Order: sequence, then structure tokens, then C-alpha cells
Amino acid sequence: MKLADKTTTAVSLVKASLKRIEETQDKNIFTFVDKERALKRAAEIDQKIQNGEDAGCLAGVPFALKANFLSTHRPADASAKILTEFLSPIDSTTAEKLEKAGAICMGCVNLDAFAHGSSTENSYFGPTKNAYDDERVAGGSSGGSAVAVALDCVQFATGSDTGGSIRQPASFNGVFGIKPTYGAISRYGVVAMASSLDVIGFFTKSAEDLDLLMSVTAGQDPKDQTTLPDFYGTDDVALKKKSIGYVKEFMESPALDSEIKTALESKLAELKKQGYKIVELSMPTLEYALAAYYIIQPAEVASNLSRYDGVRYGFRTENLKSEDKTPLDLLFENTRSEGFMRENKRRIMIGNFVLSSGFYDAYFLKAAKARTLIIQEFEKAFKEVDAILSPVSPNPAFRLGEKVSDPVAMYLEDVMSVPVNLAGVPAVAFPVGKSKTGLPLGLQLIGPRRSDKNLIKLSGELA
Amino acid sequence: MSNKYEITIGIECHVQLKTKTKLFSEVDNDARGKEPNSCVSPVDYALPGMLPRLNGEAVKLAIRAGAAMNAKINPSSRFDRKHYFYPDSPKGYQITQFYHPIVGEGYIELPSGKKIRIEHAHLEGDAGKLTHFDTYSLVDLNRVDTPLLEIVSMPDMSSAEEARDYCKELWRNMTYAGVTYGDLYNGNMRFDVNISLKKPEDTKLGTRAEIKNLNSFRSVERAVLYEYERQSKILDKGEKVKQETRGWSDATGKTTSQRSKEEAQDYRYMPEPDLPPLNLAEDFIKAEYDKCPELPADYRRKFDGIIPADTLEVLLDYAELMLRLAEIHAAGQPVDYVANLFASVLLAEENQSLLNDKLPEANQLTELAEMKAKKELSSTAAKEVFIKLFEPKHASKSPRELAKELNLIQENDSATLEAIVDKVLENPATKKAQEDYKAGQEKVLGFLVGQVMKESHGKANPAAVSEILKNKLK
Repeated sequence: MKLADKTTTAVSLVKASLKRIEETQDKNIFTFVDKERALKRAAEIDQKIQNGEDAGCLAGVPFALKANFLSTHRPADASAKILTEFLSPIDSTTAEKLEKAGAICMGCVNLDAFAHGSSTENSYFGPTKNAYDDERVAGGSSGGSAVAVALDCVQFATGSDTGGSIRQPASFNGVFGIKPTYGAISRYGVVAMASSLDVIGFFTKSAEDLDLLMSVTAGQDPKDQTTLPDFYGTDDVALKKKSIGYVKEFMESPALDSEIKTALESKLAELKKQGYKIVELSMPTLEYALAAYYIIQPAEVASNLSRYDGVRYGFRTENLKSEDKTPLDLLFENTRSEGFMRENKRRIMIGNFVLSSGFYDAYFLKAAKARTLIIQEFEKAFKEVDAILSPVSPNPAFRLGEKVSDPVAMYLEDVMSVPVNLAGVPAVAFPVGKSKTGLPLGLQLIGPRRSDKNLIKLSGELA
Repeated sequence: MSNKYEITIGIECHVQLKTKTKLFSEVDNDARGKEPNSCVSPVDYALPGMLPRLNGEAVKLAIRAGAAMNAKINPSSRFDRKHYFYPDSPKGYQITQFYHPIVGEGYIELPSGKKIRIEHAHLEGDAGKLTHFDTYSLVDLNRVDTPLLEIVSMPDMSSAEEARDYCKELWRNMTYAGVTYGDLYNGNMRFDVNISLKKPEDTKLGTRAEIKNLNSFRSVERAVLYEYERQSKILDKGEKVKQETRGWSDATGKTTSQRSKEEAQDYRYMPEPDLPPLNLAEDFIKAEYDKCPELPADYRRKFDGIIPADTLEVLLDYAELMLRLAEIHAAGQPVDYVANLFASVLLAEENQSLLNDKLPEANQLTELAEMKAKKELSSTAAKEVFIKLFEPKHASKSPRELAKELNLIQENDSATLEAIVDKVLENPATKKAQEDYKAGQEKVLGFLVGQVMKESHGKANPAAVSEILKNKLK
């Protein structure tokens, strides 16, 4: 991370960032650029440095907020129409901590509306393009964050990961991305997707930067009762077995791209050379992870999106006339029909179906039981190995429009990333070079709960 | 009510807990007299990205309420979401405890001694309030997520009186435990009454109707009586009672259909992922459980044969009075006279405002009772002293001091009394009366006692005077 100091001013860092944002406009990364405030904050930080005051461990570092992070300074619309007119009276805990440490927010970056998607194509503001190929997707849902870092618009970006939303775009764009242990970082002030799966994380160009950001933002927050007692940097689970596993079922998956498979094999060979024991793990219950995920996640999504009803804030329909319906019903129906994207509606429908009376036991409860088995399978694996090396996604970045009309194909993108969210364990995605056609390839290291720091370190060694 | 059908009643009661702040946020829970939408945090308002934070005080009060219904506290409970769309519910769901409630099985003991079983009680957030006008409605979210404890009884009641008694006893127990302000008029406790009828020979319960949102014991009783008539008429005709939700109108004295079973909402319950399971340590539970004071049933046992049952039932509505009586009783002093003072003076309509003032201390009340017993005070004088003790300027005085000040101490000394009697008898104005008495007109004695009282400035003990007069006029 390049910090502001006596020689490099924060203003020059911010100006460089603004220039890159300008140059990369065609990629559709930023949905709002906070130029004036960024320059003002930069000047303040430079003044502090001039005065010899402590300007923070992230002094002058430009960063981008995924647009589902609430902020009093800029829109927090989650790239969703229904939130376009919403201005937040509060700041997310994470944004607050970052700014307190001296980082400078350059604005908000694009995502699939409400983080529903794996390509950023579901955004109200249109898709963000892949950093290396305008014909291909950025990945998602944190597509804007990944591309912003890959193309040096900012030094880091925030993200949220519910089923792979940080790791997959990180690997599609050749940057680092962390999905921390569930509860490591406060979710307060981040537009919720699926509460029991959502985690806050980051995109950077190095493992060291991830470590720095984790040390600034991790920790218990009274405003989020699901946060864990502070552990990052003090009470992390050590990876001492010198043993790395890989998942047999992933390795043998016919969907796995051959170049990703080769990259995985070569990294395993590298580890073996370094003295690691390589263990083949059979994790048969992971087969059910995607199905369980696409029950639990839409259920929580449907519930979390219930608050967008046009009564109190955000978009409200003007279409309130009908002969057979009350204005109140129309307010709800039309606000939601007009305000949500197609994919949002699909998940609301699925979610309400699996929660409805008579189906709860068959779907939601079954999925919850499968989740428990998946947690147990990871626990068992981590008795044997320090970490699991795995693909993030079965393939590199796909073409824009290739999967957006085929929801099942899109959901299959998540098959290797969602087990991590269901289990609540941490994972770090890191770049491992490029494909023959020049597309970034990425892998992920998955570790036991609270092994975040050591996982970051190991990923840095492997990248 | 005829005896043709047996009635089965189960009651759900929503108790507003008197916490300082709301169930899931840090804003003021007491919105009385405040502007609409002024006690609302971003969490209650359901802004995006907001997370509930469970109020520990509400958990403590729920445990204490559990103790007040002799219930088990579940060491591990959870929260769930109950979904419905309405402007009174900003989140689009209510946070409640559907699957794993905090309070388990318990019971409430009625004055009759019958125990009404409690199925469970759970914590949940209240909804906001809508006011409807012709073409628009106004939304006030001040009440959103005020902590509620919903207490669900078993269908153990079988008459309107029992239903009323249960509600009243529940209200008493909750106010004794100090978990709610218990202001029924302002909806601090609201009752949903489930009523079904069946023929005595039937083993299966009949179809029930649920009467929602009753807020007085009287309306609970009346609604049950009305429903008995309504449902028995349906059954008499050989028709079936519809399972539905009904509303009650105090004005018309009738229940009316609101929503049938077919129209019932699917609440799509789901575990609340934003709150971790509520795991309570054994000593934490015990500490709160032990804060539950003595309950009406305990007082009934304690004062059985000491305070007349009907007097006691009246006094039991006032936890503060019972605490004072218990204090006096614990000090080994008699409580019967004080109980009588409470019932006959304090609860008399003209004196009820005194209940808002500071109640005299136990030692003051004991001394007052002693003075009355020793005839230092006439019963009228004792009542006067009692009432005066509520006045701030007299509140810290001993009753004896106050009685002296008010010149109310009764003269019992026989020599003194005899001297006064002699003086009255020597007065020529009483000669005629003395003669009449001696001639057998006994009621004249009252006139003579009155003359002595007048001479003593009201301080003579009239009973003693009467005896002295009788002796002297023999």
C-alpha cells in the first residue's frame, strides 16, 4: 500500500486515483465519484503529516466502497433502483474505521443490485466490464470493487461475500480478495443480502495489504451482535500441521476448466516441494452445498428485502390507481415490481416459497441440516489439514450475456465458493497468473474459523 | 350461560415490558406524551443495513415474569422472523420467538385455587400504530419494537368468570413482579381470547374463534359471554362455527368477524439470522428469578384467617399495600386493623387519590393500630390520623405525635372521666334527661354521653363514659 508521507502527498495520491477513474470510465466501475470530498480529506491529511501528527496507518490511501456500504456522504443504493433516492443518516462501521485510519473514499463502485449475482450484470447501472477484456464480465457481485483495484483506480476496495461475491470477481480480475471468518468484521451499515452468510471483506493487490485492512477493521461491534470477540492478530488459529488438502470432488469435476486445474496442480506441487504434506480430501456433502445455499440464501434475501415497501424511504411507485386493489396493496406491489431487478424478484419468489407454511420443513429445514453436515465436514477436514487449496470458480471470466438469462448456469458459478459461506470459515482468493487467452486465473485457500491471518500469509507465499 | 355446551377458553396476553429502551435499539421506550415518530432509531425504522441489538434488560424482565408464573426458563432460546406487509411493520417482519421461547411451562393460580397452565411465553417486538382517515392513514412508529412478552395459556378456563379471573391474576402477578406498568387503558396488557364450545359428551374440542385485542377484564368477561351465545346459536341450528379472528366492541357489546382461517396469513417464519441464540447461564437466570417478589397466591396463604378473604381480594389489586402488610406481618405485628384501614378508608372512592401519595411506613401504621387497640384513638380519630399521614407535612410524624397535635387522643382515665360526668350531671340542663333515663327511657343515655363528649371536647372515650353514666344513674 502506498501511503501519503512527506514526499508523496495524499492530494497527489487522490489525483492519481481520479485520473485512473477518468481513464477507465468505459469499464463502468464507479457509480458515484466523491471528488470534492476526497480532495478535501486529502488536504486535511497532508496538513496533519506536515504538522507531524499521526495521520493513521492508511493515511491518504484512496479506496472504493462497494455501493451496498451505507455512508452519509454518498449514495448507498446497492445498485438497485428501489434505493436510488435513499440517503443514509449513518455510516457503516467498516467505512468509519477505514476513514478514521486515514483512508480516503473515492466513491462507490458497481455491484449486482443487492449483491444478487455473479457477474455485476444485474446492476441497475449496467454491467461492469472485466479488467482485461471488455467482452467479459467482471464477476460478481463485487465486480466494481475488483476491477477498480485491478486497474489501479484505488489501492483497495471493500466488498461483501455471501456466496463468493469477493473471491470470484477477485479471481476474474487477478487481484487478492478475502472472505473473512463469519463475524470477524461488523456488518453494521451494509445493505444485507443473506444475514447468516454475509461477510465484509476486501480487494487488494497484495496479501500484506489484506492483513493491514483486517487489522484496521476486524473486531467485535456492539452494533452487530453476530460479531466475534476480537481475535484478528492476537488469537488467530495457527496453521501448524504443514499439511494442505484439496477436494477430490472439485478436482474431478467435469466443469473445472483445464487451465485452472493445471494451476491448482502446479501450486500443490510447489507446496509439496516446500515440505507440505498434500492430502486428497473427499468431501461428498459439498455436493449439496449449492442446493442448500440456494434455499437458505433466497429465504434470507426475501426476508431482508421485505423492508423495501415504498412507505418510508427510497423509490416509491406513482402507479396507485386500480379498480380491484386498495392503494396500500398497490403501493407495496408496484413499488416492489418496479423497484426490484429481475434477479431480486426471482430470489424473493424462491425464498418465500421455501419458507411458506407446509414447505418449510421440506426445504428450509432440510437445507439447514445440510448446512450442519457441511460445517462438520469442514471441521473434520481441518483436523487433518491446515488449509484447503481450491478453485474459486470452475472457470475464468465468462462472456457478458453468456449466463445472465440462464439462472441455473449462473448459480453454478458459485458451486466452489458457497460451501465456505455455509461453513462460516475464512478463505482468501489470490491470483495465479493468466490463461492462454490472457484472462486472470485465481485459486482460494480455505482455513478453519479464525485462521484468517495465517491464511493471508500463506496465500501471499503462494501467489 | 346455559349448560347445554361446555366452553373452553385459552388466552394469549401481550405484556409491554417497562424497559428504558426498546427491545432492539437504544431509543427511549417510553413514548407517552411524545411527538409521533420521535422515539425511533434507524434500527426501528428499518433502514438498510441495520441490525437488531437485543436489550438485556428485556431478557431480565422476561425471566422475572417467568418466575411470576411459576415457569421454567429455557437456558437457550432463539429469535425468529414473522413476515407480513403492513405499514406498522417497518422491517416487513416482526422479531419474535416462534420455535424456542425464553419462558417454558408454568401456571397462574386463581383466587379459587385453580391453576391455569401456561404453555410458554416469548419475547417479541411490538408493531407501530396507524391512524386512518378518509383518504389517507398516518403511521407512528414510536411503539415499534417496544418489548412484549406474549404469554400463552393452555385452554384451561371454562367460564367467563374464570377467563376474567385469569386475566386479572395475570395482571396482578406481572405488576407485582414489576415487569410492566400494567396500564390497561394504554394497552400495556392486551388479551386475545380463544373460545370454543362442545357438548359435554363430546371428547374433541369444538372449533374456536379468537377474540383479539381486549384490554379490560370486564371486556374479556363480556366477550366470552357474547361468544357463548353466538356460538351456541350456531350449534343449536346444527351448523358449524367458523375458525376465525373476531374483534370486540365495548360499545355494541358484540364480536364481529375480522379474518377467517382461509384468509389467515402465512407468516413464513424463519430463524432470525441477525441475533445469535440467547444462551443464559444458570446463575444469571437464578439471580433474576429470585427478584420476583411474593405473589397474590403467597399472600392468600400468608393471611388466611388473618385478613377476611373478601377484604384481601380487594387489597390484592395493590401490590404496594400488600408489601406494607407483609412488612408489618414480618415484624410480628397484627395486620387486621391496617388491612381494614386500607380497604375501608384508602380504597373508598373519595380517598383513592391518596394511592398516588407516599404510603405511611410500617412502624407508623403499627403504632396507629396499637393506639386504636388501646383506645387511645376512637375509630374516627384513627381514620383521621391515617389520612393526615399522607400529607407531606405530616408524613414523617409518628401517629401519636400527630394525634396529640390534632388533639385527638382519647381520654380513658376513669377519675378524669368521672369528674367530667359529675360536672355534666350537676348541670341543671341535664336534670330532665336524668329523670327520664331513670324512668326507663334508655335512649336518653345517648344525649347524656353526647353532653359529656362535648364537655371533654370530644376526647372522652364514649364507651367508658357510657359505663360510668349507667353506674351513676342506677
